[in-house]
Amino acid sequence: MQIRRRRIAEFFIESAIFLAGTTSILFVVLIFIFLLKEGLSLFKTLSLWSFLTGKDWYPISDPPRFGSFSLILGSVWVTVGAVAISVPIGVACSVYIAEVAPRWLREVLKASVEFLAAIPSIVLGFIGLLTLVPLVQKIFNLPTGLTALSGSLMLGFMAMPTIVSIMEDALTAVPRSYREGALAMGATRWQAISRVVLPAASSGVIAALMLGIGRVIGETMAVMMITGNAAQIPHSLLQPVRTMTATIAAEMGEAVQGSPHYFSLFAIGIVLFVITFMINLTADFFLHRRK
Amino acid sequence: MLRLNNGLKKILCCSLLLTTLSFLPSRISPANPDVIQIKGSDTMVNLGQAWAEEFMNKNPQVSIAVTGGGSGTGIAALINKTTTIAQSSREMKPQEKEEVLKATGKEVKEFKVALDALAVIAHPSNPLSQLSIEQLSDIFTGKITKWSEVGGSGGEILVLSRERNSGTHVYFLEEIVRRGNAKGPEEFASSVLMMPSSQAIAQEVSRNKNAIGYLGLGYVTKNHKPLAVKKDADAPAVTPTVETAQNGAYPISRPLYIYTAGAAEGEVKDFIDFTQSAEGQEIVRAMDFVPLQQ
Repeated sequence: MQIRRRRIAEFFIESAIFLAGTTSILFVVLIFIFLLKEGLSLFKTLSLWSFLTGKDWYPISDPPRFGSFSLILGSVWVTVGAVAISVPIGVACSVYIAEVAPRWLREVLKASVEFLAAIPSIVLGFIGLLTLVPLVQKIFNLPTGLTALSGSLMLGFMAMPTIVSIMEDALTAVPRSYREGALAMGATRWQAISRVVLPAASSGVIAALMLGIGRVIGETMAVMMITGNAAQIPHSLLQPVRTMTATIAAEMGEAVQGSPHYFSLFAIGIVLFVITFMINLTADFFLHRRK
Repeated sequence: MLRLNNGLKKILCCSLLLTTLSFLPSRISPANPDVIQIKGSDTMVNLGQAWAEEFMNKNPQVSIAVTGGGSGTGIAALINKTTTIAQSSREMKPQEKEEVLKATGKEVKEFKVALDALAVIAHPSNPLSQLSIEQLSDIFTGKITKWSEVGGSGGEILVLSRERNSGTHVYFLEEIVRRGNAKGPEEFASSVLMMPSSQAIAQEVSRNKNAIGYLGLGYVTKNHKPLAVKKDADAPAVTPTVETAQNGAYPISRPLYIYTAGAAEGEVKDFIDFTQSAEGQEIVRAMDFVPLQQ
């Protein structure tokens, strides 16, 4: 009797876990299908090429023009800038926390990084608007501080805790024997870290980077407040830009359901989805290659 | 690891049941029929809230919810049937009225409820004090890029605008950028910054010497310098005030509208009558808008 009851319980638990796991896949597939259904409707009247490379985004004009090139570039510039800022700092921070810091300081730093992660992104955006934007304007002597650089700086702050906590976990997961072996062979502390520990934790490092990038490229409210929303092709980080996410957020409320404007916003969503998917795919590729 | 013993199983089952049950009440009881949804213009959102508050004080059984999002958002909500009243700082386009008719089967009813003067503002330290509509058009289309070209001092002009969902944006586009020709080819330059709200424009202009932007008269503070506008090169330059907007001397002034799908009935009708009454127009004046000429 006992064994039968246990077997039934096992069956139910395993089914429940299986359902939970497949539900997440199902959600992703359903979301993608929904995006595709709405977004691809745009391409009945517009070619994919002119959508992706057109420089003019005037969706409410008569006739409307849907050229999302400047929007894509805007997102790319802000993301690249944020990654350039958050990755060196994030790697250095996590190496310090995991390898160098004395125990008491390690706990303090970890807690502070978690705290930074807990700040809502719109609060960071608001703070950035009031403090960072005027500062950027003054330092670089620009017509305005509402630029891609301000966006990159704030987003770098947002991505950093993600990068630090995952990378720090990956570094501490490297077995002690690796470090001890390196030091026993005569390596300096830094050589042990840079040539043995970091490569050993590389899958975690790359996963951390990809999650950081994913966080940055999808950020909406903070970017909308501090990047200036000018749909122009940026030649440097010191110019206002308009990201894909801000465009969707700003214009979705006004777009009439079923209009080409509505479909074009979904099309931008598809582009965003594809970019994030590519990033994750690349991350996966690197992870499996290392193994 | 927790063993799934009897106690824990009971707790899990109960919490699952409770969660499912908590979704039921929203299906059993009908939505409160007395909540009047008002959506639309950001220019009018504070005004709408002031009206709603006063109206709810007098009629405690009525519930009104006012949200912004831009005139375009309000009109889209009327088409999508997610609002009863749409506030708009621009007139509804014929194809939008068509869409409402198609979606709800009812004709759009338009009510003029106030006037608004659109102020073009610059930083208080800007030596310039007037511009013509022609110059404004050239600035916002990117033809003129430096303050020195219009008689100001030095520097590149930082041009601020509202987002496309804003009735203020559309009004400015048609009346100033396209100089009154709604179907004209001119557009805002792609280098123009689209700020998410009038408040954001107000803030940037108040701290940036190179900035120029436009917003409703109600948003102008002592940290801004409203520029006098000339209809053309020979006309006198008129500063935006309540008086010049009412008597038509200020060229950039527009009516503010309330739209409903179909004739307003019951409490909705009472509310709209209230906004057009003497008391409602007092609130209009108190919110720095321009009361309708009585």
